[in-house]
Amino acid sequence: MHSALQPVGPRAELIADLMLLFFAVSAVVYVIVIAFLVWAIMRARERAVQLGPAATAQADRKSKVAVGVGAALTVLTLAGLAASDFIVGAILRQPPADPLRVLVTGHQFWWEIEYDDPVPGNRLRTANELHIPVGRPVQLIFTSRDVIHSFWIPSAMGKMDLIPGRTTNEIIQVSQPGTFTGQCAEFCGFQHSKMRLTLHARPAEEFDAWRQRQLAPAREPQTQEARRGQQVFMQSSCILCHSVQGTAAAATVAPDLTHIASRRTIAAGSLPNTPSALASWVLDPQRIKPGSRMPASRLPPDDLSALVAYLTSLQ
Amino acid sequence: MTSAEYERERAEVEKTWAEKPGWLGQLMVVNHRTVALRYLVTTFVFFLLAGLMAAAMRLQLARADNDLIGPDLYNQLFSMHGSVMMFLFAVPVLEAMGIYLVPLMVGARNIAFPRLNAFSYWVFLFGGLMIFIAFALDIGPEAGWFSYVPLAGPEFSPGKRQDFWAQLITFTELSALIVSVEIIVTAFKLRTPGMTLKRIPLFVWAQVATAFMVLFAMPAVMLGSSFLISDRLVGTHFFNPAEGGDALLWQHLFWFFGHPEVYIIFVPALGIVSEIVAAFTRRAVFGYLPVVLSLLATAILSFGLWVHHMFTTGLPPAGMSFFTAASLLIAIPTGVQIFCWIATFATGGRLRFHTPLLFVVGFFFIFIIGGLTGVMVASATLDSQFHDSYFVVAHLHYVLIGGALFPLVGGIYYWFPKMTGRMLSERAGRWQFWLFFIGFNVTFFPMHILGIEGMTRRIYTYSASSGWEGLNQLATGGALMIAASVVVLIANIISSLRKARTAGDNPWDAPGLEWATSSPPPPSNFVRPLVVTSRTPLWVTPHPETVIGLPTGIRSVLVTRVHDAEPHHISVFPTPSIWPFLSAIAVTILFIGSIFTPWALVWGAVPVAIGLIGWFWPTKEETATHCKYEVKPPREAPPPSEPAELRL
Repeated sequence: MHSALQPVGPRAELIADLMLLFFAVSAVVYVIVIAFLVWAIMRARERAVQLGPAATAQADRKSKVAVGVGAALTVLTLAGLAASDFIVGAILRQPPADPLRVLVTGHQFWWEIEYDDPVPGNRLRTANELHIPVGRPVQLIFTSRDVIHSFWIPSAMGKMDLIPGRTTNEIIQVSQPGTFTGQCAEFCGFQHSKMRLTLHARPAEEFDAWRQRQLAPAREPQTQEARRGQQVFMQSSCILCHSVQGTAAAATVAPDLTHIASRRTIAAGSLPNTPSALASWVLDPQRIKPGSRMPASRLPPDDLSALVAYLTSLQ
Repeated sequence: MTSAEYERERAEVEKTWAEKPGWLGQLMVVNHRTVALRYLVTTFVFFLLAGLMAAAMRLQLARADNDLIGPDLYNQLFSMHGSVMMFLFAVPVLEAMGIYLVPLMVGARNIAFPRLNAFSYWVFLFGGLMIFIAFALDIGPEAGWFSYVPLAGPEFSPGKRQDFWAQLITFTELSALIVSVEIIVTAFKLRTPGMTLKRIPLFVWAQVATAFMVLFAMPAVMLGSSFLISDRLVGTHFFNPAEGGDALLWQHLFWFFGHPEVYIIFVPALGIVSEIVAAFTRRAVFGYLPVVLSLLATAILSFGLWVHHMFTTGLPPAGMSFFTAASLLIAIPTGVQIFCWIATFATGGRLRFHTPLLFVVGFFFIFIIGGLTGVMVASATLDSQFHDSYFVVAHLHYVLIGGALFPLVGGIYYWFPKMTGRMLSERAGRWQFWLFFIGFNVTFFPMHILGIEGMTRRIYTYSASSGWEGLNQLATGGALMIAASVVVLIANIISSLRKARTAGDNPWDAPGLEWATSSPPPPSNFVRPLVVTSRTPLWVTPHPETVIGLPTGIRSVLVTRVHDAEPHHISVFPTPSIWPFLSAIAVTILFIGSIFTPWALVWGAVPVAIGLIGWFWPTKEETATHCKYEVKPPREAPPPSEPAELRL
């Protein structure tokens, strides 16, 4: 279960605490107002058909005080809630020390993730899986290549929109290792539903090791079949959109496949990353994710299995 | 004056105000009640269709990874559901209540600008038909009722689907603006003598506040939809960041309208609550002045909240704090009204628990939850979690169904006898209430939890591993209960329409002027204008004094002063005419044509001009009547031959 009320980091915890405060205050207010309503209705069921003008005038004097007190309490409650919102907001806006910088670009219907680094050769591009070190704040810098998307991992952070022509940013910090799910929150077209992502938080050493592995160029195919698969890849329409570092494939329209075999899911969280799922995805993406930008490929069966062998070798 | 003379006067007034017979006469109707009933029936049909779309979506979401409805149809369904419920049901149905009731409540013989009123209905009907026909032809809107750019722009929504959406906005905004003007003029200038500002019924105040909101809010969205259609049709770049446009501009324009829109739906419903509470507690609502000021404050504050729909767009923090504070502020006037109603219950006479009151009590239980979740989403910090999740789906349905639909249904039960002369069944009313109340909560309460668990809005499917299936099934079950309650309502209306007219003038012993005339009222509403001396005129006397001396052979209407409602002059109201209908057809041709070619604006203007020239073409006879009754003669000239004097 991944819930905004089961936070896994200090920032999400603050928001969750604020949420619980608002829930508690609201519950008290609801009970009080409904109690007064029920009391007033019960009283009115056993009364004379119509009160005289004198009795009404006397009752109205009391009502005036009651409504005034009610309005004053409303103002005070709202002021308290506003103050708590401002305080939490101010804490969350404090710039973190030494954050890891990650650029997230929205695409119909997947997430491009790029780890920033002063050395261009150390910049790392991947897709749909955000890996972060536990405990260290990560500054996410968002933009979009097409329409508006919104990045949301409920247990770790609130939403932030990805808007074409603008950059926005938000900080994410997780204090326990684990895998957490999220998905696009701003309606972005046909496959808004299947624009999902996962957050992998792991201890700093493990994260560094992962990063080093991901920076390496793609492994040369080892088996005969995988070599043939590489040929299929290079000679078909795949390379018009995808890139595999260390080969001639360098397009940036679609997810980088250099280490596709290391990911747990494909098609932005739509399918598990298994050879059979990969094969059915390559063959006919529109059946699995209608409206996806990936076209169907008409590969003969042996080309397809060779291609899948190549892709699964890209650890 | 003898009763024979009165009967003669009654017959003559009735003849003067009668509509034309025949099918052509049906197209020429200018009576506000006939137009309002048409609006009510039309909006109710649109409500049923949009409700069926919601039911289809609930069936799709009842199971994880369901393949009943694909993304293409699902996206059209939720776009239609939202657009139709907002633009073709909620706003116009409450306006229709205003068109029907405001003239009756202020004692007027017709609404101000009756031909314009007829025109607004035809425009509304044609716009509604257009969007449903487009949907049936698989060119329904697909980018949501909010149509965010660039998704709704030319690059990402090719084809004509979004153009139909943009023109739906143009149609409905045009009709809404027209109705607002009529309501404001009727409430300010056509009040019966003695109905000073502080005796105006609360429902009328609510309608006036709403009408002013419409006047200021609708131009923003009309501008937005015009920009959108120019981006799509003639290649302007208002919203294209690559050419110096801005995607967020659309959101500002849309929500500057879109947030007041919520109050445009909700404020008239508050007026209904006030009327029903007063009638069933047998006392005027406690705190008339605070309630009126709350309505006006809500109308004004509603324009300072729009950015709370944009809390996740990365706006500067100072702005966010301002809009958080403003959004919390609007809870105060609503709270004050709730307290005043509770005080009214506490200090009124013995409650009569009929169906209208039952729905009002249901309103309290549901709407207050929606108001409190509204306080939560007003917090910019919390909204980063709630925004665009099912929590907001729950919130908005608690506000709109609890805050507007429950009072509206209560209002239908309450005024149905006035509109038809027949009572609705109390027993069926109770069944409907409980089915609706329980079904509503079963459908929408779980959505709060789904939102917190990460279920986002506008998704056609979700995976089984998300853990959302159970609560979604529950919600779908509740939706079926709501459907059953709507069936009970329809059956209740149909069976009641087959019975005799036995309701009488004032079945609830209510205080308002609309109950002083027969059910349904005669063509001129009242034989003579009534004179008002109190906020609850019929509780002072069931037969108020009347104004005599108005000419009977013409459609004479008494115009009074804004603040004290003292008689000012006589206005001669227009007779039935075919021109509003023809003009509406011409406007429809222009609007629909401009979906396909910009030249429609040029050539389509010709039939519109012809329609308007025909409409306003002065005839000798009409001009003579206007001169005779409306133009003040010079001092020295002899008085007009027919006495227009007024004796109160």
